[in-house]
Amino acid sequence: MTDHRTGGRDGFRRLVRAEWTKFRTVRGWVAGMAVAVTLVVALGLLSASGSHASCGMNGVETACTLTAGPGGEAVSDRFFFVHRRLDGDGSLTVRVNSMTGQIRLPDAVPGTRRVVAGVVPWAKAGIMVKDGVRQGASYAAVMVTARHGVRMQHDFTGDVAGTPGGVSPGSPRWLRLTRSGGTLTGYESVDGRRWTVVGTARPAALPATVEAGMFVASPGDLTVSRGDLGGASVQVRFTEATAVFDQVRVEGRAGGTWSHDDVGVAYEADGRTPHHPGRFAEAGGTFTITGVGDIAPSAEGTRIESTLTGLVAGLIAVIVVAVSFVTAEQRRGLIRTTFLAAPRRGRVVAAKALVVGAVAFAAGLAAAGVTVPVGAGILRANGNAVLPVSTLTELRVVAGAAMLTAAVAVLALACGVLLRRGAAAVTAVVGLVVVPHILATASVLPLGVAQWLLRLTPAAGFAAQQSVPEYAQVLGYYSPQGGYYPLPPLAGLAVLCGYAALAAVLAVVRTSRRDA
Amino acid sequence: MRRELHAEWTKTRTAPGTAWLLSAVVVLTAAASAAVAATVSCPETGCDQDVARLGLAGVQAGQAAVAVLAVLAVSGEYGTGMIATTFAAVPRRGRVLAAKAAVLTGLTLAAGTVAVLASVLAARLILPGNGFTAADGHPPPSLSDGPTLRAAAGTVLYLALIALLSLGAATVLRDSATAAGVVCGLLYVLPLVPLMIGDPGLRRLLWQAAPANAGLAIQTTTHLDDLPIGPWEGLGVAAAWAAAALLGAWLLLRIRDVRA
Repeated sequence: MTDHRTGGRDGFRRLVRAEWTKFRTVRGWVAGMAVAVTLVVALGLLSASGSHASCGMNGVETACTLTAGPGGEAVSDRFFFVHRRLDGDGSLTVRVNSMTGQIRLPDAVPGTRRVVAGVVPWAKAGIMVKDGVRQGASYAAVMVTARHGVRMQHDFTGDVAGTPGGVSPGSPRWLRLTRSGGTLTGYESVDGRRWTVVGTARPAALPATVEAGMFVASPGDLTVSRGDLGGASVQVRFTEATAVFDQVRVEGRAGGTWSHDDVGVAYEADGRTPHHPGRFAEAGGTFTITGVGDIAPSAEGTRIESTLTGLVAGLIAVIVVAVSFVTAEQRRGLIRTTFLAAPRRGRVVAAKALVVGAVAFAAGLAAAGVTVPVGAGILRANGNAVLPVSTLTELRVVAGAAMLTAAVAVLALACGVLLRRGAAAVTAVVGLVVVPHILATASVLPLGVAQWLLRLTPAAGFAAQQSVPEYAQVLGYYSPQGGYYPLPPLAGLAVLCGYAALAAVLAVVRTSRRDA
Repeated sequence: MRRELHAEWTKTRTAPGTAWLLSAVVVLTAAASAAVAATVSCPETGCDQDVARLGLAGVQAGQAAVAVLAVLAVSGEYGTGMIATTFAAVPRRGRVLAAKAAVLTGLTLAAGTVAVLASVLAARLILPGNGFTAADGHPPPSLSDGPTLRAAAGTVLYLALIALLSLGAATVLRDSATAAGVVCGLLYVLPLVPLMIGDPGLRRLLWQAAPANAGLAIQTTTHLDDLPIGPWEGLGVAAAWAAAALLGAWLLLRIRDVRA
């Protein structure tokens, strides 16, 4: 303890220790952080325990279940499949001649079905090899879509685009899927002679013997209407697509005859009559197949981050503590003593930011680390279908909440230095971080405005808690209210950290120049 | 009482932040109202928007400045120790609180009136361009219309009640940062809590009890029957919050030492 330098690494370390001692010995600040953690946990568990769900199955209420794909994510897997067994390597070639369908529109007269001819953009018709006909089983497929051209897809999340354009009797499309060991290659051709590769895929768990054949699927049509008191209601309506295949050729050790399955069809209350069934007919090597549903990742369910609704309340407590950590010292005049002891004032601000940021990180980590797993458990116990995510994603959601808390604390501290008045600083930071997030996720703002708020304001940092990504191959209403942020998790966090860093630099500069 | 009022008025008038914060009330409210008016649109097929509520939506932003103004009016004095001098000069502390409340209410009503008039003007100028026209059954807000006048005047009263609520909370809590945090929580986070509740009865009750939800029911001019609480009853809830905060402040001023 003979070294009295204020510069150098030792000096800064001592400053940090001094600030840490100040923080932990003020009862109000420690209590404030405890209040923050309690708010996050209590509100999160309250909202989880208030959320009940049950799904009717043939008149019997059961817990809602999800179909999981090979990667563990929730998927929808419903289509009409005309298939036969294929042992080992081989290939399947077809020509898709047309794609038509029908779409149910919103009722003009309540109760009267209004159905028009047409196909939805992601209606699919093509060929597939799949590990049996179980929902969620591994697969690879090459297909034509109504509006998104030829695609090669596998295991629900993999999607590669081929050439654009749809099919019609005047311009058919040839498709070929070739298996070689674990690798599937998709080809397309306009004439059946010149083939181009669409893409290759290595499905996760394809056994030696697979089912190979033709399929048709047609996702529901989506309409979004704005609610009066906020929010939007999303309606998904029945559609079906019909495709005509011919020139069907299977090479390799194909077994059995063509059989068909309406994969994933739901049944009416009697348990026997299929609801919106698909169908198929074969005449002279021409297959006409009608399918309903989609083969894609699904976001129908509750997300784990929905348990973090209390985070906005907890953040306010953190903001109050972080602002007080500097304004209380200014007000009491202790700051003059501090600056006397450490004349390089910028370093004092840096040390304070480090301490408050670290404490807030720990508080956020503890709060989210308890709330997310326990809340998700409560949600599942209440019958909710919680969208499964990998452990890594769950850790990222928890760590993201902690990072968010830490960055907001640093921003609040810097605003406290800049504005000097506790009330003004607290309100300013709440107005910058909490209010934009609330406006974007729980108000009447139009989608575009809500998304820009979450790109430009520090509230962008909330993106760190999004657990389910947006999929380009699924038409959905990707709104902040539904839990979709316009920026990816790390980019959103970077925007918030940018604001925090800018404010911290300004605070350091300001402290160095201003009288205490 | 005139002496106390004069003293509080002098303090408020000469405090460096007052003019800024009053301008902030006007600018934030009008700018946010204009921004909302600019972003909503009424398609040809018709819409179900409450034009008065849209035009006054900026109060969500302006109320934050009102809260800061009110909190600083009292915790500023606690922060500097000036409060001891004030109570030495006026030993009847209830009178100090009453004088502070009166000055604050007057300032908030004045700034709130300007803010609301500016918001209505902005809405009148902007909304017709976005499809809200009298021909479609959505005339832009006009103060000659009874319900719209009630919404506008009620919004000014709401701001005054928020000021009194914040004043009471700041007197109880004494620390300016904590008071601002608590008021922000009441205004912005408490309205979210009903969304987290599964039970419909409890959800409705909590909605009715939150000062920002219930108080701003005064802005509603369409679908009044769908609201969990009537416009004036809602403003009454906000008034009850303000009264409770002031009562708590008065009691604590009487029994508590000047400084903790």
